[in-house]
Amino acid sequence: MTAIATITPPSERRLSNHASLTLTLQNTFTMAYRGLVKIRRTPEQLIDVTVQPIIFTLMFAYLFGGAIAGDVQNYLPALIPGILVQTVITTSVVTGTQLREDMDKGVFDRFRSLPIARIAPLSGALLADTLRYAIATTITFVVGFIMGYHPAGGLGAVVLAGLLVIACAWAISWIFAFFGVVARTASSVQGISMLVLFPLTFLSNAYVPVDTLPTWLAWFANINPISHLVTAVRDLANNGVIGIDLWASLLGAAVIVAIFAPLTVRAYRRKA
Amino acid sequence: MTITSSASRTPAVRAEGLVKTFGSNRAVDGVDLTVEAGTVYGVLGPNGAGKTTTISMLGTLLRPDAGRAEIFGHDVVRESHIVRQLIGLTGQFASVDERLSATENLVIFARLLGLSRTEARRKSVELLEEFGLTDAATRPLAKFSGGMRRRLDLAASLIAQPPLIFLDEPTTGLDPRTRGQMWDTIRRLVATGSTVLLTTQYLDEADQLADRIAVIDRGRVVAEGTALELKASVGSASLLLRLRRGSDVELAQAVIGRVLGVTAVISPEAARLTVPMHDADRVTDLLVAFREAGLHLEEFSVQQPTLDEVFLTLTGKGVPEDDAPAHETADELEGAVR
Repeated sequence: MTAIATITPPSERRLSNHASLTLTLQNTFTMAYRGLVKIRRTPEQLIDVTVQPIIFTLMFAYLFGGAIAGDVQNYLPALIPGILVQTVITTSVVTGTQLREDMDKGVFDRFRSLPIARIAPLSGALLADTLRYAIATTITFVVGFIMGYHPAGGLGAVVLAGLLVIACAWAISWIFAFFGVVARTASSVQGISMLVLFPLTFLSNAYVPVDTLPTWLAWFANINPISHLVTAVRDLANNGVIGIDLWASLLGAAVIVAIFAPLTVRAYRRKA
Repeated sequence: MTITSSASRTPAVRAEGLVKTFGSNRAVDGVDLTVEAGTVYGVLGPNGAGKTTTISMLGTLLRPDAGRAEIFGHDVVRESHIVRQLIGLTGQFASVDERLSATENLVIFARLLGLSRTEARRKSVELLEEFGLTDAATRPLAKFSGGMRRRLDLAASLIAQPPLIFLDEPTTGLDPRTRGQMWDTIRRLVATGSTVLLTTQYLDEADQLADRIAVIDRGRVVAEGTALELKASVGSASLLLRLRRGSDVELAQAVIGRVLGVTAVISPEAARLTVPMHDADRVTDLLVAFREAGLHLEEFSVQQPTLDEVFLTLTGKGVPEDDAPAHETADELEGAVR
């Protein structure tokens, strides 16, 4: 027996009763790597971050372009940031559904029986999903460029805007991770999340100018955090300006993480 | 390998009065177990007896409601992270990632256990070879047979070379050939110095592998001892003889009585004799006596006491109806989560 060498008796092992920070980081990266390998094995998982941005951008641009901005070219500077925010934020739901699916599987029992940082499966999933946001962001901008969108802010500003959206999506994914941990099934996570996200993303300034809305709806669209994020991206990409909305978005993201990270981690520790 | 005197005295597993309740169901109801290091310990019982729940508690997956358990002297609740460094857990349902290949699974587990990238690769190649999975290394697990999955699962438990390995029904649902392979693997594991605690529904499996056996029923240990002690308490094996057509059954019965000193039971069709076998050695004498008496055999077999008989004897009832079949783990763990 070559692979199974003589084992070291317990008394001669160096044992520790808690996971160090280094171990936690290592485990998180390994878990994130596992997420990436899973994506490579089942590339159809990426449909929502690849095909969806392409279809949505084309569809909305040609459908609403003429009605809202006179023509498609004039609509793009308003639309691309809007669609970017919607697509990436929607993608963050997957964090929750996949976490639920994972926790229901036998492999999760193994993770729980290994001497690894308890939080690693959760933190790894959250980390791996930032790649999904990056893909969605890149594709949306590229489709925009091909259609003739020329962000006046320049490449640096566009990259910054992309990073802002990714950071905010990551923050929001904590909410869905929380649903993922507490919900019974993956489909219920999907259901709850869509119920929240659909009105939130559409009842904003992402697709239409707020001043065309009835007063009560305009009021909601103006306080909607999604609107602030969309405005921040427009300011950055179209004007190269870092405005108040960017800080508001980052503050909002920080608040979400501050609330949902402890909640999720607590619920997760209780179950895992 | 040097075993210090303190290590040899600390049992691999010591559990006292373990209790786990799911709702109104006391799945484990005061289990005591002591497993000496370097031995194979079998926990024998029917579905729903509490085997998986017991292993889950010893393996830090479930928190005991009462009682305590130590793995090599480390408390499973207070020192769970240490315990996890000393155990390998192979569940009833292969705990590997369906969507990944065998290699990817092993590499990820190895990386989680702190092996470097190259070490992890080397280790998984070795283990796959050891478990005869090299050809299937890159195939997705969805295409694996039950036996292959079980072997991969066991391979995954051995990455860190833990001194204690839990095997929850390692051969349930496997065909006889694969079961034999699994038994060989378990024997080789013990030869390296591992302690193995396995659960099984089959008496012959416990008999083949385990040094000591605990029989568990409705969450309680109802008997404990070596396979021999256990079988002696249950009753002996029996010899089944079928005589050639037209033989003198009465004469045969008389010969058996003379040679073995026991009364053979004649089956209603008068063609078969069931003989209690207390001493396997003396069967030769019986066969010689048969030949001398001109008695010819059509068929000859030995029947071991079955789990059914063990249960009948130990609990006064047969194996409980299969009302909680193979989903024992799933249900129990789910129950724990709610």
